[in-house]
Amino acid sequence: MADGKRALTGTVERREIPALKIRINLNGKWRDDDVEPRLLLVHYLRDVAGLTGTHIGCESSICGACTVLVNGDAVKACTMFAVQANGAEITTVEGLATNGKLHPLQQGFWEEHGLQCGFCTPGMIVAAHQLLKRNPHPTREEIRKGLQGNLCRCTGYQHIVKAVEWAVENKEQ
Amino acid sequence: MAIAILGERIKRKEDPRLIQGRSHYVDDFKLDGMLHMAFARSIYAHARIKSVDVTAAEKMPGVMAVLTGADLKGKLGLVPCAAGMEGLKVPDHPCLAIDEVRYAGEPVAAVIATDRYLARDAAEKIEVDYEPLPVVVNPEKAIEPGSPLVHQKLGDNLAFVAKLEGGDWKAIEADTSLKVVKQRLVNQRLAPASMETRGVIASYSPGEDMLTVWSSTQIPHILKTQLAIMTGLDEARCRVIAPEVGGAFGSKLNVYGEEGVACFASRMLGKPVKWIEGRRENMLATIHGRDQINNVEIYVQPDGKVMGLKCWIIADLGAYHQLLTPAIPTLTALMILGCYNIPNVFVETKGVFTNKMATDAYRGAGRPEATYIIERIMDIAAREMNMDPAEFRMKNFPQPKEFPLALPTGVTYDTANYQKALKKLTKISGYAKLRREQEKLRKKGKYLGLGLSTYVEICAMGPSSRMPAGGWEFGSVRIDPTGKVTVLSGTSPHGQGEETTFAQIVAEGFGIPYDDVTVFHGDTGMVPLGIGTFGSRTTAVGGTAIHNAVEKLKKKMARIAAPKLEVKPGELIFESGKIQTKDGAKSVAFGDIVAEAIFAKQLPPGIEPGLAEQFVFEPPNYTFPFGAHLAVVEIDAETGEVKLRNYYAVDDCGRVLNPMLVDGQIHGGLAQGIGQALWEDHVYDENGQLLTGTLMDYAMPKAHQFPWFETSGMETRTPVNPLGVKGVGEAGTIGSTPAVVNAVVDALSQHGVRHVDMPLKPEKIWRILNQPMSA
Repeated sequence: MADGKRALTGTVERREIPALKIRINLNGKWRDDDVEPRLLLVHYLRDVAGLTGTHIGCESSICGACTVLVNGDAVKACTMFAVQANGAEITTVEGLATNGKLHPLQQGFWEEHGLQCGFCTPGMIVAAHQLLKRNPHPTREEIRKGLQGNLCRCTGYQHIVKAVEWAVENKEQ
Repeated sequence: MAIAILGERIKRKEDPRLIQGRSHYVDDFKLDGMLHMAFARSIYAHARIKSVDVTAAEKMPGVMAVLTGADLKGKLGLVPCAAGMEGLKVPDHPCLAIDEVRYAGEPVAAVIATDRYLARDAAEKIEVDYEPLPVVVNPEKAIEPGSPLVHQKLGDNLAFVAKLEGGDWKAIEADTSLKVVKQRLVNQRLAPASMETRGVIASYSPGEDMLTVWSSTQIPHILKTQLAIMTGLDEARCRVIAPEVGGAFGSKLNVYGEEGVACFASRMLGKPVKWIEGRRENMLATIHGRDQINNVEIYVQPDGKVMGLKCWIIADLGAYHQLLTPAIPTLTALMILGCYNIPNVFVETKGVFTNKMATDAYRGAGRPEATYIIERIMDIAAREMNMDPAEFRMKNFPQPKEFPLALPTGVTYDTANYQKALKKLTKISGYAKLRREQEKLRKKGKYLGLGLSTYVEICAMGPSSRMPAGGWEFGSVRIDPTGKVTVLSGTSPHGQGEETTFAQIVAEGFGIPYDDVTVFHGDTGMVPLGIGTFGSRTTAVGGTAIHNAVEKLKKKMARIAAPKLEVKPGELIFESGKIQTKDGAKSVAFGDIVAEAIFAKQLPPGIEPGLAEQFVFEPPNYTFPFGAHLAVVEIDAETGEVKLRNYYAVDDCGRVLNPMLVDGQIHGGLAQGIGQALWEDHVYDENGQLLTGTLMDYAMPKAHQFPWFETSGMETRTPVNPLGVKGVGEAGTIGSTPAVVNAVVDALSQHGVRHVDMPLKPEKIWRILNQPMSA
């Protein structure tokens, strides 16, 4: 071993609690997995299902980077266990486009420069999706209030508001 | 007709992958056999490490190794500091603490395990026996005799003293007609808090003896060099990739101990090692911004002309130097005169160690502090001189014809028209009307405040003679046989959108479709040289390198095309996919000349086959973007809450290549600058414990807290680079903080208020309004 430090075997993965079986409809397809009870939904999506579009920004449900739809409701996946989503339908940012066509919100973020580094963007788009479901014609103030649960450090939010407005105006596209 | 592309609102090339969740940030990579690392961090701000017991951690499931400072001593280099100045004290900064910890959150031990949960479980089991030592968190107290010492060996807490002096102070001090206006200002500590925390994967292949590192960094090339030095590997055996990077704002313009430990662990174990920083770690142990105390005074003639400025800066550096820690406050001194022609200057900067995380570059990096100092004191002075703050500023601006303007600080401003920016601002905001509204509301007992800020910043960093590790930038342009263009840049954008801007530069230069250009950056295995993205330099310096490489290729292509068209190479232009004479009478397709050059069947003598050129651009000077901002605030007397009602910004960043992206940069900058003025504060208690260690405690601005930003631009081009671009990454942050504070103080001035330190939270304002009025 290099540098004189002994490496450990690390092979004993003695988990205290046995894995549980879960069945989740992920972006329209059912899948079955065995997961540790403490596995967070966001880690399930990213590490087990391999959908890395959902991000982790704060691990405390403040920043909203991990927002996904659980049975149609926007949920912060960093503070929900995967086992709690057993039987649920989950939509992530990867599931928004249909037949290769961008969702109007995705298109709106592109048209109006609603993103810079893009890290908050998937969560922001999913949160906006819920906002428009509840209020299809929001005012600018309502868009801002509706996105309070999602932080963006790059854009100053103005272009995000415009992106959501674009999606409202171009719903049929 | 050629399609104009430079200066147009072009949608970003980056976005399709980002809006679909298909991009790859560091944590999105999974390598075969990859291990996960977690750190045990100091719970004390200052303590002696009596022992570190890792036996329980080593027995935890999945654990492959546990490393302490003792394990790395002599085998892994120290965390580097690139800044140098006369007499600078540079304490040893090991990647994992040895014998002593000096800030809460300092890494003490690392666990490498088979998954991220198991690594964290085991890190919890590391038993460190600490003997707490006296703590100093207040930088003014830290330089008093008898203060606890952060580094016993250094003898005191003073890392450096730098003086900058210009002009004739004897004459100023003898002039009794001058009014001296003084103020103490506190520029509080902030957390950069990019949405993506730090993260690194180090993957060492013993067979190939190759270390590949994916890091969320702004400076892959500098990081590669430093990791090679730290690990002792040949630099040729190291490759650093900055994949998609989720924001940085200066916080990833650094080389961190955790990156070194990841490389060491991967080399030791022969497996990839991933470390993803948690948000609490990010708040504790990623560099912080600002944290200065400024005592400023200006000397004003009876007619309002400012003749001199003195400032004593105390910069809280934290416990150790990170890459540029001591250099940041020196930028404050350099830019302290703002956009005023003040003939005499004196600045003394003291860099001070405290038991806190290191400060370093955070959006603006020393310049927001400078602008805050000058713009606050100008406002205070205007009030004392009974002049309108707009008129007072106008009086002290240099005339546009005076540029290039050498200042007593030693910098030379390139081009500007400050009068025009301020006039434009007062016009679009209806400044005079707002003043009348303010008068009316005051009579009704309501608080409305107007705050101006006219700023200049130093960008496009910068001439190599003045930069710690070179200030040039590399760009290369290659035309492939299909006629498509591949561009490589040594910069490392992380949200700014230069895949788009650079493609615009190249498409315009060659007269080819924007879609035919692909830009790569952020991989030292692909891009041979580079400095990185910071200091609003990427387009001005990196873009120029690419522009100049395009010009080299065009010259070569024109030499190949000219004999075919029976003209001289200099008569040819590149437009709409053709190389043609200016009148369009003779032309040849761009693709035909590409084929000629690459297949090389009949090349004119002396021309090398192929179409690939590179350019390393060394900027002859910095650039100096400027602007004028106005904040309009209302204060709720019942709650003390400040409502930012309107925000107007006129920004001149030189030539604009993509107005949509420029707007985006301004907006984001405004949000961060306003955030500092009103809400953000990274607070340590007297024991050196961080009180704002999560995003629940640290007041990062949200969407509903901002008004609609009314932005507009001007274009005063710079002669410093052929594109005329100055840079825009930090302008919004620099201009907005003083504008908002000036507005709040303006609103409260009827209550006898002269100054309030940031952040201007409701409680602070409520207390002021509920105190008896000062004289």
